[in-house]
Amino acid sequence: MNLVSVTIDGREVQVPAGELLIKVAQEHGTYIPRFCWHERMKPVGMCRMCLVEVEGVRGLPPACTTPVTDGMVVRTKTPAVKKVQDGVLELLLVNHPLDCPVCDRGGECPLQDTTLAFGPGESRFVEEKRHWEKPIPVSDLVLLDRERCIQCARCTRFADEIAGDPLISFGERGGQTEIITFPDEPFASYFSGNTVQICPVGALTAKPYRFRARPWDLTGAETSCVTCAVHCRGALESTSNQLVRLLGVDSEPVNQGWLCDKGRYGYEAVNADERVRHPMIRKRGELVECSWPEALDAAADGIQRALDLNGPQSVALLGGANGTNEEAYAWARLAKSVLRTDNVDAQLGDGLPAEVVLGLPRALIADLDRARGIVLLGPDLKEELPVLYLRMRRAAVELGVPLIEIAPRDTGCSRYASARLRPVPGEQAGIARRLAAAVGGAPSGDADIDEAAVLLAGRDGDVVVVLGRGDLAESAATTVAAAAELGALPGAKFLVALRRANVRGALDLGLAPGFLPGRVTLAEGGDHFAQAWGGVPAAPGLGALGILGAASEGRIHALVLAGSDPVGGCPDRSLARNAIAAAGFVIAVDTFVTESNKRADVFLPVTMWGEESGTVTNVEGRVQRVAQKVSPEGIAMPEWRIAAELALRLGVDFGFEAVEEVTDEIARVAPAHAGVDTTLLRRARDGVVLPVAEHPDELHFGRAGVGLAGASWDPILPTPAEVVADAPVEPVEPVERQMPALHVWSREVPDGSASAPARDAYALRLVSGRTLYDGGITVTLSPSMAQLAPRAVLLVNPHDRDRIGVSDGDEVRVTSARTSMNLVLRGDAATSAGCAFLPFNLPGPGASDLIDASAPVTDLRVESIR
Amino acid sequence: MTVTETRVITKRIHDRPEDSWTIDGALASGAYEGLRAAFAMGRDAIGEEQVKASGLRGRGGAGFPTATKWSFLPAGSYPRYLVVNADEGEPSTFKDRMLIERDPHQLIEGIAIAAFAIECNLAFVYIRGEFALGYERLEQAVAEAKAKGFLGMNILGSGFDLDIVVHRGAGAYICGEETALLESLEGERGMPRIRPPFPAIEGLYAKPTVVNNVETISTLPHIVRMGGEEYAKLGVDRSTGTRVFSLSGHVKRPGNYEVELGVTFRDLLYSPELGGGITDDRKVKFFIPGGASSQWLTGADEHLDAPLDMDFLEQNLGVMLGSGAVMVFDETVNPALVAWRLAKFFADESCGKCTPCREGTGWVEKVLYRIAHGQGRPQDFDMLLDVCDNISPGVTTAPFAQTTICPLGPSVVSPVASLQKYFRDEVLAMCTGPSTIPVSAS
Repeated sequence: MNLVSVTIDGREVQVPAGELLIKVAQEHGTYIPRFCWHERMKPVGMCRMCLVEVEGVRGLPPACTTPVTDGMVVRTKTPAVKKVQDGVLELLLVNHPLDCPVCDRGGECPLQDTTLAFGPGESRFVEEKRHWEKPIPVSDLVLLDRERCIQCARCTRFADEIAGDPLISFGERGGQTEIITFPDEPFASYFSGNTVQICPVGALTAKPYRFRARPWDLTGAETSCVTCAVHCRGALESTSNQLVRLLGVDSEPVNQGWLCDKGRYGYEAVNADERVRHPMIRKRGELVECSWPEALDAAADGIQRALDLNGPQSVALLGGANGTNEEAYAWARLAKSVLRTDNVDAQLGDGLPAEVVLGLPRALIADLDRARGIVLLGPDLKEELPVLYLRMRRAAVELGVPLIEIAPRDTGCSRYASARLRPVPGEQAGIARRLAAAVGGAPSGDADIDEAAVLLAGRDGDVVVVLGRGDLAESAATTVAAAAELGALPGAKFLVALRRANVRGALDLGLAPGFLPGRVTLAEGGDHFAQAWGGVPAAPGLGALGILGAASEGRIHALVLAGSDPVGGCPDRSLARNAIAAAGFVIAVDTFVTESNKRADVFLPVTMWGEESGTVTNVEGRVQRVAQKVSPEGIAMPEWRIAAELALRLGVDFGFEAVEEVTDEIARVAPAHAGVDTTLLRRARDGVVLPVAEHPDELHFGRAGVGLAGASWDPILPTPAEVVADAPVEPVEPVERQMPALHVWSREVPDGSASAPARDAYALRLVSGRTLYDGGITVTLSPSMAQLAPRAVLLVNPHDRDRIGVSDGDEVRVTSARTSMNLVLRGDAATSAGCAFLPFNLPGPGASDLIDASAPVTDLRVESIR
Repeated sequence: MTVTETRVITKRIHDRPEDSWTIDGALASGAYEGLRAAFAMGRDAIGEEQVKASGLRGRGGAGFPTATKWSFLPAGSYPRYLVVNADEGEPSTFKDRMLIERDPHQLIEGIAIAAFAIECNLAFVYIRGEFALGYERLEQAVAEAKAKGFLGMNILGSGFDLDIVVHRGAGAYICGEETALLESLEGERGMPRIRPPFPAIEGLYAKPTVVNNVETISTLPHIVRMGGEEYAKLGVDRSTGTRVFSLSGHVKRPGNYEVELGVTFRDLLYSPELGGGITDDRKVKFFIPGGASSQWLTGADEHLDAPLDMDFLEQNLGVMLGSGAVMVFDETVNPALVAWRLAKFFADESCGKCTPCREGTGWVEKVLYRIAHGQGRPQDFDMLLDVCDNISPGVTTAPFAQTTICPLGPSVVSPVASLQKYFRDEVLAMCTGPSTIPVSAS
């Protein structure tokens, strides 16, 4: 790094050449006041609050647009600077309403704070202030008070530069300058809440938080959001034991300060009236409240009966992906060592096989920034993993990383893609093979594929493949086959884009058939865990679809649903319904009553995010801590304790008294987690990437830099729970015994497993994927978001619409091998001819009713009913 | 002594009032001969020799040497763009409007010469949206010039290609500021850019760009035809050539007059063929010498006898010749009312980007309104000066700095500084309102 010497207020410091003066000054202890400048966005130089004196420069240049040069002499506290600071603040307050007593920002307001620290004591303005109608909604979640706005353009720049949703802008000019949305077009961005957080005044307020608290009554704890599997860092705040706000924390490797709206406001569901607050047990056909001992005894009895009568293979556990690593581990230990069943799955046939997820070469999120190219073969990241979408968008737009998208239809990422390959469902593997061959020097003859191959040859670095289920209407086998082909790309590393909360942690910790905690197979790690636990299953068991199939045939006599909702989450809803109906004894371990668990024999209420501490693992394998901020609703219990209580009743004492003991046991026994104990996690501010020995560069101790204490409008820097010097990382202490080897996927795919039947000319092939706002618990039970889920509409190419002979908005009859239903149809140029898109998880009947999970693809007959 | 016009760029307009804007009228009076001459002398001879020798300085307001501006283009970087600033919006300035409406071919010829000189194949004319007739005639002229081979591919067999895009503005004064103009031309909201980078390095679409004023460009055909050294014989010192002055206010003959630089304000106001004297033979109380943004001068002899010379005015009287608009006010005028009206213009036209301008222009306007309407408090004027000092530090001790990106904000300060300089007692005498009661301006 090229360092230059700069003198700031008489102190000479060495700083990187070209950095902005405002930033280096702050890093060296001189805070220059500002409103418009934000470290994650391009400088705009609007507010004029950061004017300073620079020797040899005429006038007072803004520190936010001035790069440092060698020998620069800067003064930030001269009378001339002070006069201008007074002047700018007086001018900013000329039209500001000063309605601080009823302003959400009051008490944590940069305008208040900066006025106190840098401004004049009084105003000389006696004219009438500007008046606007206030507040006005700019989106479903954000309200705008134009009188408070100081026109810093932070929100508009965020929307344009970071989110790629330039839906808010300045209107009018001069003193009438206002933030506007376009006519009839709200600021419908999945990221709108970030504008509220970075607003330096109370101009933008969030519907869920408005008037809910005074900032000085809030207490916060740093945690990770688990709405999806990215695990953005956040500061979770509460008052009076109620969660009221989540703010984005600027974790460089993960979320760079941003959150999506679903993650930011999903805390509302924690307090929902529908929350199950007491254990329940079925008596005379009804679920009635009971005590914990009664419920746990009944659950243990039900399991024991199944074990006694039908053996371990008659017991199954679905779930464990919604909670913490400690909970996943406790379930794995219960199922595999106590129940001796391997019929365990954290997924619902909606993801990818654990042998693939756990055995691929792994990429970090930050690898997107420096990749040779990104190959996206997976879900619409904007809908499923929104903050990962922001990172990928930044890589493509700002950092020039070529993005190759392989998806059956346009996604939120398509506009940033350098090349778009559009396979018909079932044919991804063929395209992936030809792409890999073309990169290897064998042109495919297909212009699009060959162009993509050229793009991948244009830079150094590894190819990062973002892999996931781009289409839930086809079997996972096609994606697996494509992954095997893409593994041949130079330096291919995979970021597996599974969506569900802590699914990655759950798979890592053995909640999958054939696996044990720490990314080892049952075959490889059986002996190790038999020693550690006292026993493991005799043979690999069933995955989710197998469990549901067995259940519907009456072969599952005890089913534990650990936060799992097969009817809502499995792509094959009729399979899930039949399975639940036919399963023997059902134990629901959950927070809300769902269609899946409403017929449970025992209902064990569990704590939610914010009510329990522990660790979680994100899509890149980064273990981070989640914090308890409020006490649990009712008498809900953490899942790890429930698992331990059940084990105790079945004759095994796990010996867990506190969650930290579970964390430390994982660090002792799980090979991939070796050494990742409570102490390390408390010290590592950005968490720990597994296995830690392979990622020492990702360990950072101490504070991240000079943040603004208590300021939520500027990047909030992550802070470890225990601050130790940012010294070179000590080698992780050697493990007690020889650990089994971590699983590596062979990239072998059974022949013909991915081949799709030919589509007949009258059928449309179904493509299905999730939308951010959906029919799930987080959205439907968060009052602010409940109305945001779109209505399910079948999208077809306009040519197909015309061929069917209907108009946009008409109802059509849709028939699959499973069932028929009426749906509203609309033409959509983003959907390829021959395909039909139906969102997966919206309320009411939908794609999962049409899908047969045992078929490779889902073909639909669509008919006019006019 | 009686001074008359020296018609160089307004010659055709006066010679052929009936058809100066048509291709036939233009060709009959020598149009495009400068372009032929330019091709004949070759690219390097234009900017490096003729324009440099002519001493031509920008006619938009800042007076920057044109040849120097062109020389900032980075070598070997293409494409380059030429953008003609035809967004003439300064109150009381109406010279470019005449040049566009009455002699569009002279402008097109100048564009072709400049584009040839700077190796640009696509030029833009950003024309003020309200210039409906000018837009119509310019579009017509571009079409005619294309038809005659003065634009398009291989112009006059020179091998040089040029196309011109005429773009109408949407009514924002700020878009006359060159970087805001470029933003607007790109389809963005018209707000000035942070410099550096300067347009010559990263201008339109982030490519090297020259932005020149209509009058500047219209002068080029004559420089090429006359020769730069010959042109430089007109005018005085570093203010060479002629300029078109828009004379308005209390004069008997308001209008556009092209005179050699170096004549005096008295010549301009009083010569029978120019201003013709003050209305009703009253006295000049004050006048604005260079457009609404400039500081004022008064009817004092030392002001009236000052030459129209950019450097002289700036160095000796601290005012700028700016856009060449001279607005005259006689002894019946309340200067505070004029200051208020000017402030209102700038408050309306502030783009809203920089805090001092966005909030300051409005505040200044409100206080001036009260003062001009007899509702000023005794402390108001000094407070006003201090508020202005926060927009332009050092305002009462010119030359002053600015706390904004562009000069629009500081423009509102000029009338206030002028009141302080010449009419402080008169203004204070108006400030007799109660000292403590807040008064609503609107």
